[in-house]
Amino acid sequence: MRETRSALRYSVTESPAIDQVGVDERVSRMTKRSIKKESKLQALKLAMSMLDLTTLEAKDTPGKVRQLCIKAMHPHDLLPGIPAVAAVCVYPNLVRVAKETLEGSGVKVAAVATAFPSGMSTRKMKLEETRWAVGEGADEIDMVISRGQFLAGEYNFVFDEIAAVKEACGAAHLKVILETGELSTLDNVRRASDLAMNAGADFIKTSTGKIQPAATLPVTLVMLEAIRDYYYTTGKMIGMKPAGGIATAKLALQYLVMVRETLGQDWLNPDWFRFGASSLANDLLMQIVKEHTGVYQSIDYFSKD
Amino acid sequence: MKKTKKSVTPLNFTGGWDYAPAPESKDHVQLKDRYDLFINGAFVKPLSGKWFDTINPATEKRIAAVAEAGEKDVNSAVTSARKAYDGVWGKMPAKERGKYIYRIARIMQERARELSVIESMDGGKPIRESRDIDVPLAAAHFFYYAGWADKLAYALPGATPRSVGVTGQIIPWNFPLLMAAWKIAPALAAGNTVVLKPAETTPLTALKLAEIIQEADLPPGVVNIITGAGTTGAALVNHPGVNKVAFTGSTDVGKIIQKALAGTGKRYTLELGGKAANIIFEDAAIDQAVEGIINGIFFNQGHVCCAGSRLFVQESVMKTVVRKLKDRLETLVVGDPLDKNTDIGAINSRMQLEKIKKYLKIGVNEGGEMYQAACSVPSKGFWCKPTLFTNVSQSSRIVQEEIFGPVLAIQSFRTLEEVIEKANNIPYGLSGGVWTDKGSRIFKVTGELRAGVVWANTYNKFDPTSPFGGYKESGVGREGGLHGLMPYLQHV
Repeated sequence: MRETRSALRYSVTESPAIDQVGVDERVSRMTKRSIKKESKLQALKLAMSMLDLTTLEAKDTPGKVRQLCIKAMHPHDLLPGIPAVAAVCVYPNLVRVAKETLEGSGVKVAAVATAFPSGMSTRKMKLEETRWAVGEGADEIDMVISRGQFLAGEYNFVFDEIAAVKEACGAAHLKVILETGELSTLDNVRRASDLAMNAGADFIKTSTGKIQPAATLPVTLVMLEAIRDYYYTTGKMIGMKPAGGIATAKLALQYLVMVRETLGQDWLNPDWFRFGASSLANDLLMQIVKEHTGVYQSIDYFSKD
Repeated sequence: MKKTKKSVTPLNFTGGWDYAPAPESKDHVQLKDRYDLFINGAFVKPLSGKWFDTINPATEKRIAAVAEAGEKDVNSAVTSARKAYDGVWGKMPAKERGKYIYRIARIMQERARELSVIESMDGGKPIRESRDIDVPLAAAHFFYYAGWADKLAYALPGATPRSVGVTGQIIPWNFPLLMAAWKIAPALAAGNTVVLKPAETTPLTALKLAEIIQEADLPPGVVNIITGAGTTGAALVNHPGVNKVAFTGSTDVGKIIQKALAGTGKRYTLELGGKAANIIFEDAAIDQAVEGIINGIFFNQGHVCCAGSRLFVQESVMKTVVRKLKDRLETLVVGDPLDKNTDIGAINSRMQLEKIKKYLKIGVNEGGEMYQAACSVPSKGFWCKPTLFTNVSQSSRIVQEEIFGPVLAIQSFRTLEEVIEKANNIPYGLSGGVWTDKGSRIFKVTGELRAGVVWANTYNKFDPTSPFGGYKESGVGREGGLHGLMPYLQHV
C-alpha cells in the first residue's frame, strides 16, 4: 500500500536534469556580487541570526554544550545590536542540557538523529531515536538519508523513511540531510532534494559535516532551485541549510546572495535559511566589529566556546 | 514535470536586503580632453579641422572630443600604411613581427583596468563585462595571432603565404576594443598594415590602443587609427590604396560596402547582423538553460550581433521557462555601468535607444505581450529595461528584424522538425543555441541550423582559436582561429 502511494508522490522523472557547467557559471556570477558598507553589515548580522551553532563530537560534554549555548545567546555583548543565533545543534543525549540552558532565550535546540552521521541502522532504531530526542526537548531534528539505498535506486525506501521520521517528529521541525558529498552528481542532489521535500522535509540540508566535500555553493544552488520549483508546484515553502565547510563571513555572504537571487526576500530569515557551522560565528563577529570600528581586532577579542 | 499551482504568489525579489552601490574607481584613468588622429605613429591634427564629442551614455556627459577624419586624412592614413607596408612591415622577418604583437598583448594586460573602465564609460557596458570579457579576450586575440606570425607556412600547407597589403577596417560600437583586436591582430600577424576606424560613439579605447601601439614601438604607419562617422568609413572603403576591407556592423551598411567594392578587386569580409534562435527542448537542464537565455540576450544590453534574440521553447515547458525568465529578470541589476554589481548597463546611444523603443511599440501593436522587469532606471542617460515578448509569431517584425537591444521574442514549438524550420526561416544566419540533455539531439540540431556558430548547452562563448561569422545576410568570411587568418593572406 505504502509503496504504491510513495511511487505516486515521487518519481525521478519529475526532477529536471542539472548541468554542472551551467551551475558553476551561475555560481561564479553570484560570487562576484560586491557587498559593501551598510549592505555588508546588514548581511553579517543576518547571517549571525541564521546560525545553527554546532558541536557534534564524541567528546562533547554537558559543560561544553552549556558554554556553546551561552555563546549562542550572547555572541558578543561588547557590541550592542548583535542578534542571537538561530539554534544550537547537538547529539540527542545533550539535548536536555542545551534545552535547560537556552530556556526562554528563543534560541532553538536542534538534535541530529537517525544514527547520525551514517544512518546505518534499522528504521525502528531511527524512529525510536527521533522520538527520544523530541521527548528530551529538541525543537528540530536533523536526520540523515540512507545514501546506500538512494544510490541503489531504492527511492521508495528513502521516501518512506523520511515520511516515517517526519511522523515521529511530531511538532518538531524536520531537516533532512542529503549528505551531498556522497551523492556524487548534481542530478542526484536534485533528485534527493525533490524526494525529501515530497516526503515531508521542512528543511533540506547539505551535509553532516563529517564527509568531504560538505556544503558547496553549486550544491546549495541546485537545492535552492529545487525548493523554488517545489514552491511553485505546491505553494509550500521549504527551508535550506548548508552545513560544513562554511568558515568565513565572505563565503556566508555569497550564500546569502544566492538565496536572495534564487528564492527572494521571503527566505532571507532564520525561519527559512540556516548555516550549520561552528567557527563561522567568530569570523562574522570580527567582520561586524570591523564595520563599526574600521579596524580588525585580534581573534583573542572574541570568545571561543 | 508537474504543473505550476495557479494560486501561488510569485517570489518576492524586492525590498529587504539589497546591494549597496559598489562603483569601480576611475581615478587612475588618464584621458585627454581632445584626441587627434593616429597616423604614421603620431597623433596629428585632422586636416578636416573638425572634432566631435564622445559622451558617456549613462550620464549624457561629454568625455572628450575626437577628430573627424576627412577624405584628405583618410588618404594620409592609407599612404602612411602603404609606406610602412612597402618599407618595413611587409619585409620584416616574421619572428620579429610576432614580437611586436606579443608586446601589444602584454601592454594591454598591464593596462587592463584602465581599458575596461574607459570601455564602460564610453560605451555603457557593465564593468563586469568589460573587465572579465572584453579586455581579456582582446588581449587573448593579440596573443593568439602573435603566435601565428612565424608559422604561416603551417596555416597553408603546400602554399607560400603572402600578405595582402593595406587593410581598411571598420568596427562597430558594441565591442570597441575587442573588435579592434579581432581586426588588427590577424592583419598584423599576416604581414599587412592597417587603417582602422572605430565607431563614432565609442572611439576612446581604440585611441588608447593607439597609445599602446606607440608604447610597443611599432614602426610608424603599421597601424593607423582614424576616427569619424559614416563618411570617414566610406572614404576608407573607397580609397584605391586599400587592398582589403574588413567590416563589422549593420547589414544595411554591409550591403552598401559590398556594392561599392564590386569589381574593384579588393578583398572583403563582412560580419553583419543576426537574429539567433535559442532552442530549449523539454529535457534540457531548465534552470541552467534559463541562465543561458538570459546571458544570450542581455549580455552587453543585447548589443550583440550573435545575441540569442529569438527563443523557441518546447510547448510542454513553455510556462515554466517563461515564469523562470520573469523571476530571473527581477534579479538583474540595471544601472551605472561602472558599478561592479551592474548586470545591464546603458544603451549605447540615443539613436539606438530610439530604435529599440520603436521596436517595442511595433511588438505591442502586433499583439505581442510585453513583460519588463520592475526595476527603476536612472533619469539621465539612455536606458531600456530588460524585456520579454510572448504571443509573437514568425510573421512578427520583432521576430524577423534585428533589434540590437535587450528584447527577447519567445515562441513555442512542438517538434524538432518544426523548430528547425522556424529557426532557419529568417534572412540571417549568424548564430544559434540548443539546450537539451540528449547528445544525439545536439548533433541533429547543430547540423541542420544554418548559422555560423551554434552553441550547445551554453551561449556567447568566444575564444581566439574559434572562427566566427555568418551565413546569408549575416555576412561573408570568418574571423578568429585559422579561418580568421585566411582573408589576410594570399595563397600563392
